[in-house]
Amino acid sequence: MNRFPLWKNLLIVAILLVAFIYALPNVFGEAPAVQVTPTRAAFHADARLVQEIKDELSAAHIPWDDAEVSDDSVKVRFQSTDWQLKAEDVLQNRFRDGYSVALNLISASPAWLTAIGAKPMYLGLDLRGGVHFLLQVDMQAALDKAVQRNANDLRSQLRDQQIHYSGLDISHQNIVLHFADAATRNQAASFIAHNYPDLMFNPRDNGTDFLLEGGLRADAIKRLQDSAVQQNITTLRNRVNELGVAEPVIQQQGTDRVVVELPGVQDTAKAKEILGRTASLEIRMVDESHDIAAAMQGQVPFDDDLYTERNGMPILVKKTVLLTGDYITDASPGFDQQSGQAAVHVNLDSRGARIFRDVTRENVGKRMAILLVEKGKTEVITAPVIREEIGGGRVQITGMESAQEASDTALLLRAGALAAPMDIVEERTVGPSLGADNIRKGFHSNLWGFVAVVGFMILYYRLFGMFSALALTANGLLLVSLLSVMQATLTLPGMAGIALTLGMAIDANVLINERVREELRNGNSPQAAIHAGYDRAWGTILDSNITNLIAGVALFWLGSGPVRGFAVVLCLGILTSMFSAVTLSRALVNLTYGRRHRLSSISI
Amino acid sequence: MEFFRIRRDIPFMRYGKITTAISLLTFLFAVWALTFKGLNLGIDFTGGTLIEVTTSQPANIDHIRTSLDQAGFRDVTVQNFGASNDVLIRLPVHGNAGNGKTSEAVMNVLHVQEPGITLKRVDFVGPQVGHELYDNGALALMVVAGGILVYLALRFEWRFALAAIIANVHDVVIILGFFAFFQWEFSLTVLAGVLAVLGYSVNESVVVFDRIRENLRKMRKTDIPEIIDNAITATMSRTIITHGMTETMVLAMLFFGGDALHNFALALTIGILFGIYSSVLVASPMLLMLGVRREHFIKAATSKTGVSADGAQV
Repeated sequence: MNRFPLWKNLLIVAILLVAFIYALPNVFGEAPAVQVTPTRAAFHADARLVQEIKDELSAAHIPWDDAEVSDDSVKVRFQSTDWQLKAEDVLQNRFRDGYSVALNLISASPAWLTAIGAKPMYLGLDLRGGVHFLLQVDMQAALDKAVQRNANDLRSQLRDQQIHYSGLDISHQNIVLHFADAATRNQAASFIAHNYPDLMFNPRDNGTDFLLEGGLRADAIKRLQDSAVQQNITTLRNRVNELGVAEPVIQQQGTDRVVVELPGVQDTAKAKEILGRTASLEIRMVDESHDIAAAMQGQVPFDDDLYTERNGMPILVKKTVLLTGDYITDASPGFDQQSGQAAVHVNLDSRGARIFRDVTRENVGKRMAILLVEKGKTEVITAPVIREEIGGGRVQITGMESAQEASDTALLLRAGALAAPMDIVEERTVGPSLGADNIRKGFHSNLWGFVAVVGFMILYYRLFGMFSALALTANGLLLVSLLSVMQATLTLPGMAGIALTLGMAIDANVLINERVREELRNGNSPQAAIHAGYDRAWGTILDSNITNLIAGVALFWLGSGPVRGFAVVLCLGILTSMFSAVTLSRALVNLTYGRRHRLSSISI
Repeated sequence: MEFFRIRRDIPFMRYGKITTAISLLTFLFAVWALTFKGLNLGIDFTGGTLIEVTTSQPANIDHIRTSLDQAGFRDVTVQNFGASNDVLIRLPVHGNAGNGKTSEAVMNVLHVQEPGITLKRVDFVGPQVGHELYDNGALALMVVAGGILVYLALRFEWRFALAAIIANVHDVVIILGFFAFFQWEFSLTVLAGVLAVLGYSVNESVVVFDRIRENLRKMRKTDIPEIIDNAITATMSRTIITHGMTETMVLAMLFFGGDALHNFALALTIGILFGIYSSVLVASPMLLMLGVRREHFIKAATSKTGVSADGAQV
């Protein structure tokens, strides 16, 4: 009765073998590497890039282990972190433009393991060091901006259509248009209804003032919010590429939040600055027809803003934005050929180039202002006089104070604008030493706990204890290999979870062993006792594991970050323990005792 | 080797009143601690900034405190933890310490004072996020309790489910009471521990209940209290050994897991100790009080084929 069919034994062996192979990469660990990723469509991670990197490293006398193309980037493995850091320096110098050079860790397993997709467990930020940010998108600002953009558009469209309005106010994302008579208002209303599907207006009479009041439609607001988050994620991704981070995680969370995880990043100040900047470029015309002195007294003309130039001179700039950073395809720092001043070279896309050409053609001899809008603060970078029509979409912006500023501005422009400003609402930074420390601590708690438990089990249940110990070992192996295969994030609470599930998994074996002893005490034969012990304990094991599983699933559902890591381990551990504690230990017992017909005693 | 060779059933149910009184007292004490002292919620829930730094020489705590105070950071707590050059700085949410820039500002101040200082860890949680984590935590507790209640009600009977859940919520309240009384910091990780305890200590009740169910069918002539006594005595050995093993693992965490896992392990330790007590000496008397009878159990078992399939057969 206590025998498994051959296929069952073979299946158990096969499962254990697969688990062993997929857990193996964790033994080899990870080696320091430098990752070079092309960030522009024109560059590719190919054999040529590998050769270039190799040449560069050879020239600098830096030994490397291995260089290969994977996931659209070239990864070069080094013996030590010293060489890795030196190589990063060298490669960063060589691949300054159009590539992102980042430190990384890659699996140090033999090639055949990597080939079958076996990877070490994916360590969470609390174990490998790095930064976790939770960013909240400021939706109100995004909507304000959208309303403003629509209002600007309305102004010029109504003017073009010869629909005369006497005023346009914006307050709390509401647009109010004033008209002199009802006929014009109706004309405007039907024009808007046909051309602005995002807007909705209602007429209202206020004495002799004929009004159209309205704003964005509810569905337009929803669409705007979605696209704002999406655009911010894209922008963040570009910026993170500029920072040079291997394996960044950028994900939407909820309706208006973005999670950014940057493993290995230590300079959090720099990371925050780059991520948090909301700079965008605006090109507008300078209003030279109005009196600047009057404006400074507080009489700023209706359609203008008053700013101060870098040299301290006040300047009146029209509200209408001609061109924004959205049209920029590339920006790079450089120098003005004539003056030698630091400058930013900007390339515009075809639509932007056309707008820019039209604007410059129509305004030769006038001044245009180039503004950098950052966190609600607008700065006039430069306000040059347009000398001639500028076609081809290549624009040079001078007026930078230093080469550093030019390069920062270029980075910001290149990385695109955020659709809406974001605030950091949660930050978790873990230094690399603390991460390594956490791994050590997590490992030690597992090791010593395991040794104690296994030692006791063998002492207390003798041979059956040995089976339980082997089952527990297999449980650990299965758990590690599952975590490796799934590439689930292992956190410090996750490591605690491994310890805890091992501690709880032994419960199943204790239940079985106690039951077997009890059956023996009740006078059953050893074979019958084994059979009854396993059979009767199974229902109990199932019940108690399911209650644990309920807790694990709820934790996974409602938890965040490291707690989620704990939940994953808890759930997986419960599942693996059902296999190892019941099936595997039974197989061992069966192999030992199952064939003996006249079994008089068992070691329990 | 065998520790527990109990020849006669221990009459646990005879002491039902005493044990229930003891747990009622502990429970009331925990409620008192929670009401009047309150949980020392970590920044995960309150929001705020926590910065861990290492100095090159033993840190001058007072000096750090004064210079941060001068820099305009109010209500800062600065303390040593672990080694003499490990410093923990906590800033509350309000004032100028309420945004993501705080850690940089603090580090700038500290760099001036002690150039050899390095940043080990920063946790910043905005007040709104803290609030959400708190809500989610409370929700998770209720979901777990509700889920277990429903599962046990389906698997056993509503009286069993109710008794188990009362016993285990009692454990959770006691853990929280301990944290409140000693003002140990209650963080997200500790909450995870508490929830794990909720799932885990129900195990214990399940094991005893399984035995009660089995006995109800086998021992037709015996009184309910004696059936319960027999079930508890029979599973006693397993109870002690299982919990001993889990506790061994938890102790390893407590001793080797370092600061980050300390309170987590503490919550589990209290949970395991009271888990044994409550499932044996709270859940079972509760079952008696709720009036469990052989009839509604046998009936339930015959009407549901799924239950009788894996129940015990003689």
